[in-house]
Amino acid sequence: MMRRRWTTTVAITLASVLTLAACGGSGGGQGAQPSSGGGDAKKQVEVFSWWTGPGEADGLKAMRQIFEQKNPSYTFFDAAVAGGSGDKAKALLQSKLQADTPPDTFQGHAGAELQGYIKAGDLEDLNFLYDELKLRDVFPAQLVDQISVQGKVYSVPVNIHRSNVLWFNPSVLKEAGIAGAPKTLEEFVADLGKVKAKGKIPLSIGSEWTVTHLLESVLLGSLGTDAYNALFKPGADWSSPQVTKALETFKTILSYAGDPQDDWQPAAKQVADGEAAFNIMGDWAYGYFHNPPEGGLGKTSKTDFDWAPSPGTEGTYLWLSDSFTLPKGAKNRDGAVAWLKVAASKEGQDAFNPKKGSIPARKDADQSLYTDYLADALKDWSSDKLAGSIQHGVSVNQPWLAAITEAVGLFIGSKDVAALQKALADAAKANAQ
Amino acid sequence: MRRARTWLPGLLLVAPSIVAIGVFVYGMLGWNFRLAMTDKHDEVSEGKFVGLDNFAGIWDLPRWHLSVNHAIMFTVVFVLGALVLGWFLAFLMEKGIRGEGTFRAIYLFPMAISFVATGIVWRWLMNSGMGERAVGLNRLFDAIGLPQWQWFRDPDWGMAAMALPAIWQMSGYVMALFLAGFRGVPEELREAARVDGCGEWGVYRHVVLPLLRPVTLSALIILGHISLKVFDLIVAVSGKQIITDVPAVFMWVAVFDSHDPAKGATIASYIVLSVAIFVIPYLVWSVRKERRS
Repeated sequence: MMRRRWTTTVAITLASVLTLAACGGSGGGQGAQPSSGGGDAKKQVEVFSWWTGPGEADGLKAMRQIFEQKNPSYTFFDAAVAGGSGDKAKALLQSKLQADTPPDTFQGHAGAELQGYIKAGDLEDLNFLYDELKLRDVFPAQLVDQISVQGKVYSVPVNIHRSNVLWFNPSVLKEAGIAGAPKTLEEFVADLGKVKAKGKIPLSIGSEWTVTHLLESVLLGSLGTDAYNALFKPGADWSSPQVTKALETFKTILSYAGDPQDDWQPAAKQVADGEAAFNIMGDWAYGYFHNPPEGGLGKTSKTDFDWAPSPGTEGTYLWLSDSFTLPKGAKNRDGAVAWLKVAASKEGQDAFNPKKGSIPARKDADQSLYTDYLADALKDWSSDKLAGSIQHGVSVNQPWLAAITEAVGLFIGSKDVAALQKALADAAKANAQ
Repeated sequence: MRRARTWLPGLLLVAPSIVAIGVFVYGMLGWNFRLAMTDKHDEVSEGKFVGLDNFAGIWDLPRWHLSVNHAIMFTVVFVLGALVLGWFLAFLMEKGIRGEGTFRAIYLFPMAISFVATGIVWRWLMNSGMGERAVGLNRLFDAIGLPQWQWFRDPDWGMAAMALPAIWQMSGYVMALFLAGFRGVPEELREAARVDGCGEWGVYRHVVLPLLRPVTLSALIILGHISLKVFDLIVAVSGKQIITDVPAVFMWVAVFDSHDPAKGATIASYIVLSVAIFVIPYLVWSVRKERRS
């Protein structure tokens, strides 16, 4: 009797230890599974992104096909994590990087967003690739300049989005007696007032990040391109009276905003439905307005909705870009480099961008592929001055953006311009480098 | 040898869980507190010991005050709401209505849903659109002539609205607890009270409620600790917005957006401590009670 109890005890103990070990094992092995069965000797390339939505996932697939054609010895492993602007993906990536098990290549907004990874020594610099493919000749010089850190480039930009776009409903404007899109912030404020008098929502907004998005357009429109770009240099002066004036304008504009919607889509929809007159959102909104239902609203451009550079920013492209990187310690470095080559190529970018609804970062794109809004964007991209987006990771690194987001979130409640300016100045002091 | 035989098998049986809890709960807690007492404000720096600086410094942040106030408002509304509603449901149920089993199942069902799913449904129900743009509850209220609300977007009372889905989800569970408590009150005691001239209300006031005190206390602790560390519900309803910020969301932002491990660890420590305020007195009380009996 006694003996049996002993064996039972030992068996249960062993079993529980084994279960624990098994749990640990399965967690660690995730993501290392080859994506294709059949036991072929193909090496896989793990590509980590947050492109899972309509449009963007199709673009990724198009680029993947080119990659697999050109590199028959590699298989593409799609490690995409759902979630707009990569919130959840970035959190998962953080844990992968800290555990020293990086994906072979990961998506990140080009620019300062990557600074943290660079500082932590997670990324290889890509100067060798830029030299080999002569990428400095095909990307705009200002773009390469704005994503370089001490002379080194750490990512390959695949696409360009524009942040400073004013979307509006032409018939609502007409009803309010507004002739065309406002050119300056003063005109904009006046127009907002006219719409309000007609009982429509002057400016639609979404959740708090869309307000930060609005802020960057207002800052750019009020300060001008050079002063805006200077805000992100070391020792920049966020306490200047010019910034105060910009923030006061921001407060005025915000006072015309409608009830905050859940996200940017419902806010854009208010414009498309004729409930609201204006919305300031990045040009990914074009796909939402224009694409057929399921994935879009199926509206006709120029009649149901129209666009212009946000007030006071004509001639400047407030840009952001998705890019791919080369993490140090990638399991399949050669495969990752092969992927980067496709991502940097004209063929890859022209396959990806028309589907995603963005323009290529390269200057030599096939213009016939880009129509309607995208044709406008391509034209402006080749002639405009460039300024980097705040909300989308070009001009500020992640801690800085978190501090700005927090300041704007508190401002929405308090409407206290002095407190906002102080928080912005503190954030710059703590993070500019 | 003989003595070892009596205690060793038992010890071996629990050893794996003791080790696992020791490492993954208490070890991690200790590691977290140590991290909170360093100046490791980005991922690459080493982090020197700074004592309680972070714990004091966090009170200078306007956002911290906001998130603590939000957590308190959420906790008060949620705990009271769930207790009162749960108690009331149990009270009705105890009166022996027909189809009690069915009702019990209906009220308990929300507990089977995760806070995330609850949050996504209630995000739509509590949409702040009004008038023609109203959906969800506002549309319903409009139709029956009740005032419309901003719900969780209300700058002052938003967190009270945020507690509604939590109340909806947990009050069935509280009902089950109270129902068990009601059933545990011996019929003889009630009869004795009635014989002594107690009215029905008096029976509850002087006999049943005092006997329910342990149940109430357990319910309070279970709800309280859920409430103080609430994260998933808030994120599902409103995301990481400041207007519904609570310490757990602030912690997530500090770690993954601000890349400030020490700040995140400090907030995590405060969450653990605030829960401990609820749990430790309860543990002390129950240990004492066990010893007495």
